[in-house]
Amino acid sequence: MSYLNIQQISHYYFNQNNYTNALKDVSLSIEKGKFTALLGPSGCGKTTLLSIIAGILKPSEGTVLLQQQEINKKITSIGYMLQQDYLFPWKTILQNTLTGPKIQGELTDKSIEKAKELLEEVGLGSVSDASPNSLSGGMRQRAALARTLMTNPSLLLLDEPFSALDFQTKLKLEDFVSALLKEYNKTSILVTHDIGEAVAMSDEIYVMKANPGQIHQHFEVPEEVRNLSPFEARRHEKYHELFDRIWEELNQLEAKSKNR
Amino acid sequence: MKQKAKTGEQLFQEHVNQLKRDRRNTRYWQLFIFISFFFLWEISSRLGWIDPLIFSSPTRVSKLLSENLLNGSLWFHLRITLLETIAGFLIGTISGIFLAFLLWYSKKFSDIIDPYLVIFNALPKVALGPIIIVALGTGYISIITLGAIICVIVTALVVYNGFRSVDPNYIKVLNIFGATKWEGFKTVIFPASLPTMISTFKVNVGLAWVGVIVGEFLVASNGLGYLIVYGFQVFNFTLVLYSLVLIAIFAALMYQTVAKLEKWLIKKL
Repeated sequence: MSYLNIQQISHYYFNQNNYTNALKDVSLSIEKGKFTALLGPSGCGKTTLLSIIAGILKPSEGTVLLQQQEINKKITSIGYMLQQDYLFPWKTILQNTLTGPKIQGELTDKSIEKAKELLEEVGLGSVSDASPNSLSGGMRQRAALARTLMTNPSLLLLDEPFSALDFQTKLKLEDFVSALLKEYNKTSILVTHDIGEAVAMSDEIYVMKANPGQIHQHFEVPEEVRNLSPFEARRHEKYHELFDRIWEELNQLEAKSKNR
Repeated sequence: MKQKAKTGEQLFQEHVNQLKRDRRNTRYWQLFIFISFFFLWEISSRLGWIDPLIFSSPTRVSKLLSENLLNGSLWFHLRITLLETIAGFLIGTISGIFLAFLLWYSKKFSDIIDPYLVIFNALPKVALGPIIIVALGTGYISIITLGAIICVIVTALVVYNGFRSVDPNYIKVLNIFGATKWEGFKTVIFPASLPTMISTFKVNVGLAWVGVIVGEFLVASNGLGYLIVYGFQVFNFTLVLYSLVLIAIFAALMYQTVAKLEKWLIKKL
């Protein structure tokens, strides 16, 4: 059995006079140490799926198994990075990094030491006492990464964490995150609508379609591209090949949904 | 010959000087209005343009002020009113924030209580004065309650809105770490809403004065509100105006204190 099993997840959102089917019969399994991308247009339920995997949203139907165990709110081996950093502006970078241990009642000298080491590793050692407002977008997102890694999650969920950054910062951060996650052998799921980012960073790609959100197709990223850093991967010819295939696929999906 | 271009430093200096001049100018106008108001008041009272019996005059008011300052009656009445106002303000604000917390914590509670809040908010609280006095007696307690009750609902509603407008993604960050609702409140909702809370302080300072003065109108046998009513009854309008001046000064001082507190806290955050 795989590391993470998502079994026939369906989810509905309700409002006053209507409902939407955000996810329908989504099943997939992910091996340990793999980097998986969920790629799709907005409204295909990517973020919903991620929230369900994280255990903060209960699906209408279906189960998620992490190492054979059903996910619940108390599971703390999952880390989640959001589109924006959501650092608390009234806390210093170090205090922000310590959010997890503080909530879990494990704020010790050892965890403070670990937070400092992590900040050092993400290149923020010198600004650990600064306020988030004085940092650039890339630095803030790195601080958010340190906060996420602080509780030592074995599964990392990335919800378009690079989409709010400028292009240069984004490319640098992709490389950085990718190397860091490989080093720690983390299993990661990246949600994105950026085809290039998905191909450059991941081992496997699931293309999703909207209304209702479903897995449409599965792509394996070629070995040659996988072993390169995201920045170098973007220059490999097989990168472009896969990019074009997915681009075609998404175009057809869009055309189909318009014809309906 | 071509004139040498000014450096950034020089231009900045000019800008700063201009700002200073503007500020001084504003101050002069404020002072001018202040002086002419009292001057006009004095003159028109002396020349009989207004009835000196009703409108008194600055000299009479200040004479009463210095007399009362010396014989201790000023401090006696002022102290009572100030303490009642501060107590009413604190109790009203704190219980308002607590009510806002309950509303935020339980959706069910806020749904159920909603129509009652609307009614109670619309109701002019001073109309409750007689009932409060009958229930709580004619002492300070009633007056403080009136000062507090006038702030509590509006605080609760404003602060509750502040709580709700905090970006839910901050809570999401905490939920991933397995935080409880109370931890979410403590870590995110409360600190993020501090600016909202402090801005309600400013409103509440004014409201607490209203409640306390009305309360004193109704029952008190001392305090500034009592002096106003007493002066009115014995037709001593110098006393009425004297109390008004004191209220104006101290209400403004309290407001300034809260405004300073706000600035200081915002800087700290």
